[in-house]
Amino acid sequence: MSIFINKKTKLLVQGITGRDGSFHAEQMKKYGTNVVGGVTPGKGGTKIAGIPVFNTVSEAVEKTKANTSVIYVPPPFAADAVYEAADAGIELIVCITEGVPANDMMKVVPFVKARGARLIGPNCPGLISPDQSKVGILPGTIVKKGNVGVVSRSGTLTYEAIWALTLAGLGQTTCIGIGGDQVIGTNFIDVLDAFEKDASTKAVVMIGEIGGNDEEKAAQFIKKNMSKPVVAFIAGQTAPPGKRMGHAGAIISGGSGTAADKITALNKAGIPVAGSPTEIPELLKEQMKKVKPAKKKTAARTTKTTKKKAAKKTAKKSTKKKTAKKATKKTTKKTAKKTTKKSAKKSTKKTTKKAAKKSASKKKSSTSKKKSTKKAK
Amino acid sequence: MNLHEYQAKQLFAQAGIPVPPGEMATSPIAAFDIAERYNKPVMVKAQVHVGGRGKAGGVKYAENAEAARVLATKIIGMDIKGLEVKKVLVTVAEEILSEAYVGIILDRATQRPVIMVSPAGGIDIEEVAAKTPEKIFKLAVDPVEGLKPFQARDLAYKLYRDIGQVRQAADIIMKLYQVYWTSDASLVEINPLVTVPGGDVVALDAKMNIDDNGLYRRKEIAEMRDIEAEEPSEVKARESDLSFVKLDGNIGCIVNGAGLAMATMDLVKRYGGEPANFLDIGGSSNPAKVVAAMSIILSDPNVKAILINIFGGITRCDDVANGIVAAYNELNPSVPVVVRLTGTNEAEAQKILASMNLPTEDTLDKVVQKAISLADVVA
Repeated sequence: MSIFINKKTKLLVQGITGRDGSFHAEQMKKYGTNVVGGVTPGKGGTKIAGIPVFNTVSEAVEKTKANTSVIYVPPPFAADAVYEAADAGIELIVCITEGVPANDMMKVVPFVKARGARLIGPNCPGLISPDQSKVGILPGTIVKKGNVGVVSRSGTLTYEAIWALTLAGLGQTTCIGIGGDQVIGTNFIDVLDAFEKDASTKAVVMIGEIGGNDEEKAAQFIKKNMSKPVVAFIAGQTAPPGKRMGHAGAIISGGSGTAADKITALNKAGIPVAGSPTEIPELLKEQMKKVKPAKKKTAARTTKTTKKKAAKKTAKKSTKKKTAKKATKKTTKKTAKKTTKKSAKKSTKKTTKKAAKKSASKKKSSTSKKKSTKKAK
Repeated sequence: MNLHEYQAKQLFAQAGIPVPPGEMATSPIAAFDIAERYNKPVMVKAQVHVGGRGKAGGVKYAENAEAARVLATKIIGMDIKGLEVKKVLVTVAEEILSEAYVGIILDRATQRPVIMVSPAGGIDIEEVAAKTPEKIFKLAVDPVEGLKPFQARDLAYKLYRDIGQVRQAADIIMKLYQVYWTSDASLVEINPLVTVPGGDVVALDAKMNIDDNGLYRRKEIAEMRDIEAEEPSEVKARESDLSFVKLDGNIGCIVNGAGLAMATMDLVKRYGGEPANFLDIGGSSNPAKVVAAMSIILSDPNVKAILINIFGGITRCDDVANGIVAAYNELNPSVPVVVRLTGTNEAEAQKILASMNLPTEDTLDKVVQKAISLADVVA
């Protein structure tokens, strides 16, 4: 199991004829990703590394049934490439391009959401589900299949953390770089939520850096909504304060956003923060040990019932193990379903409450508007 | 990219936002001429890319042209927070009746431009925000729809009671949002927005930061960049498409990726060293970038050792290795260099570097520790 991408991922590469696009299309194909096509306007009908190239995304989707797209086009055309992918019905759009203007992204992000698609990035390394699919530029050699989810705002720092996990024998379900830009399609909370719901992910590593307050918000989310252990790392503890201009940044952030602020927020939420990327595996192992006692009871129960079932169902010794496995799978699936249902109910409740609040505040503001217009008259 | 006040005011004036008449001067005589032409009391304001100019003594009132000349002599050449003042703005002094604040910033949390206004503007606005946040009013603008006139009016009512002033402020807020959006700004700020005798509302100060990613389509703004007002090594880095920040330590760092560069610096400090710089060679690196990075770092006499830490993804290790070879041939570095290359095309890179006889390490912690020990030996 994994999140966002798996064996069923059918990938398009937008900008496949460029230097980075062609190189990484081949790398992804070599890794085992099902790369079904590429798109470069004007290059339709040609082939890159055996991959058919199309002129438009909609044509490529029609011919290949692609459901995912990765974008390597230059910054001035990146936003348009995202629009094109979302418009053609692509479900997951991963934008690797660095240097996309924030004004473009502010308009693109709501467009993609309205189409029901998910955007990861821009300015990100993409994602990889070991032994299943790789979308982006993460080196396939450093990952290993396992049960740890990795989410990061950084690119190369992510590789460092993944490599440390792999060396320590901790494999991964999915590793995702969400990008370091101010306006991005998928944030920490979106990914943490997906990892919490993914049955195969048992623990999560979150890598943040200075600036913004996404890590602080993620800390709150983890405390409230996550049962799985999370370990964090924050880069930029020694970064010098920038030569700041204007006051708006300080007013809007309330002065937060430093590494120290983020580490404090994470620790307060009970999330340990590693001092070096190489310390992440040890911390994670400690946290994973802590989780076990709480789950022992249910684990014991399921094995009992499965044993009974297994004993009843079969006489053959050799098949015993297999059925036991199947049975545990079933029960875990059931419990997983139940919990997701519950959480879904909770979240709908919350959202309706929020919506109610919102409409209330809207009413307030509209009445105040009336007042002010009266005054004006 | 940061703009100077006089440049931001040019953009404001073009958009129809009222600003006091003013001109930039680079010498006391030029300041005298400008003030004499206005034949009114003026303000002489240091043009430097740092906040807190007023508190540092870089903004002064001059009764006449001669006083302006004397003040300009003092302010030009003055050091404000490590930056030398090379330009002043000479602008007509206004009598101020009230001070408000208007700012627009890209807000990471809402992923929208947020307009902030406060009737309590002036140099202590941050204190106002911290102690009396109820005096700050915010509005997140829908970037697709843009700012609507009723929203600008709503904000303007928070600033003024007089309907004439409300209308002027609403108009200014609408125009300021236009400036923000059409110049690919990440920040525009008027502090203070003042009222003057006669009732007019005027932007007395102006600050603008531009999103570097948007500069390719804002040629006229890109040309406003004042290279003289920036750290020379940072200018050179930008020309080579590197992000670089000079620091005070002795370990030069060449890293790919901002996050990894920061983490590498953090580890240098953790193991008892001091980083000399932040340097990110970025993705898609070509060998020339490594040469440029090396030459920038070598120009810092404090540097006693250089560590190169590359984790290849879109950056190919063989590109970097070729860059290291070229840098050695061109620059012949006098300080020890320690290298760690991991990831995409790592094996090819190691082949290229094999003949160089450079110390290499295979982990982040080890390469940092090695660099510190090499720097200690040199020191």
